[in-house]
Amino acid sequence: MKKITRFQSFGAVALTLIGALLMSFAPGKSYKIGDNVADFKLKNTENGKYVSMASYPNAKGYIIVFTCNHCPFAKKYEQRIMSLDKKYAALGYPVIAISPNDPAVAPEDSYDELGKRAKEKGYTFPYTFDETQQVAQAFGATKTPHVFLINKEGGKLVLKYAGAIDDNTEDAAKVTKNYLADAIAEVMAGKAVTVSETKSVGCTIKWKQS
Amino acid sequence: MNKLLAVLLHVCVCAAYGQTAEVAKFDELQKVLSSSNDTTYVVNFWATWCVPCVKEFPAFQDLAYKHRNEKVKLLMISLDFASEKDKTLIPFLAKHPIEAKVLLLDEPDYNSWIDKVDKAWGGEIPVTLMINGARGIHSFFDHDFTPQSLEETFTKTINKQQ
Repeated sequence: MKKITRFQSFGAVALTLIGALLMSFAPGKSYKIGDNVADFKLKNTENGKYVSMASYPNAKGYIIVFTCNHCPFAKKYEQRIMSLDKKYAALGYPVIAISPNDPAVAPEDSYDELGKRAKEKGYTFPYTFDETQQVAQAFGATKTPHVFLINKEGGKLVLKYAGAIDDNTEDAAKVTKNYLADAIAEVMAGKAVTVSETKSVGCTIKWKQS
Repeated sequence: MNKLLAVLLHVCVCAAYGQTAEVAKFDELQKVLSSSNDTTYVVNFWATWCVPCVKEFPAFQDLAYKHRNEKVKLLMISLDFASEKDKTLIPFLAKHPIEAKVLLLDEPDYNSWIDKVDKAWGGEIPVTLMINGARGIHSFFDHDFTPQSLEETFTKTINKQQ
């Protein structure tokens, strides 16, 4: 009898824990601007090594880009994402790219295909695979591309900007507002970010069908 | 000769459905969003590159056809790139004619207008609006539809009391 009770209470605790875990990844429970962000551990599809923000001890912050292979919008931004890393890694803000799509829905976004793309294009940043989609859910990423700027402040990882890279997906030459670059400049100058959130069109993240 | 026939056929099909796709700015859409007459507008935001959008396209073809004699207007807002219109949107519409007004919304700074459509929208597509200014209806749906779920949702929405 006692055994059953113990088992039941263990079950209840386990259920509560699972519930809490699920809740923390539910939409609307994701990070807001100014929140502390938890580090993640994702496999770099180019070499199979795990990447975390902590893998860059000297970084001042990070440009987290949810992107993928298949989406035409992500393709439009690919060159710009590569340029971002070339420019900002040296200034202390490296790019970490994350593909969150379920390859069952988007086969071009499988682990192998991601790694192939990264090699072909010579990405200078890790192109990781968020297989469980938990990182995308924690960040509240909804589309590709979707960028998040993290700044290290007193040992904490603080979300400073979320949204679009700039205001023209179609044509980089016609960009008039560099939303992300402006946010980085303000963060680097120790100022508050004027436009900390932007909305944009993109390909919906291909969530796993539950 | 075959080519000529194909072109003629294409023209006929398009003419039958009034099928053109104009490139429009946001003010064109704003007119519909803020209209006060007793016409129900179904506004679908989509693009030819968006797989779920293309999948639900027949649902909108059905809806438009079913309600063609009512005060219902279907507006398909394409977010395809304006520079690629002739390669993407036009061939798609030739294959999938629809009794709707099709506009290619050429407003690249998405952040400047997404909130004006609906605050709940983050920019993902497909999304659909059902609006009737005279009856105070403004319903926003951020998911895709099957022909059946679209018809059901439409009926429920327009019969909603103020």
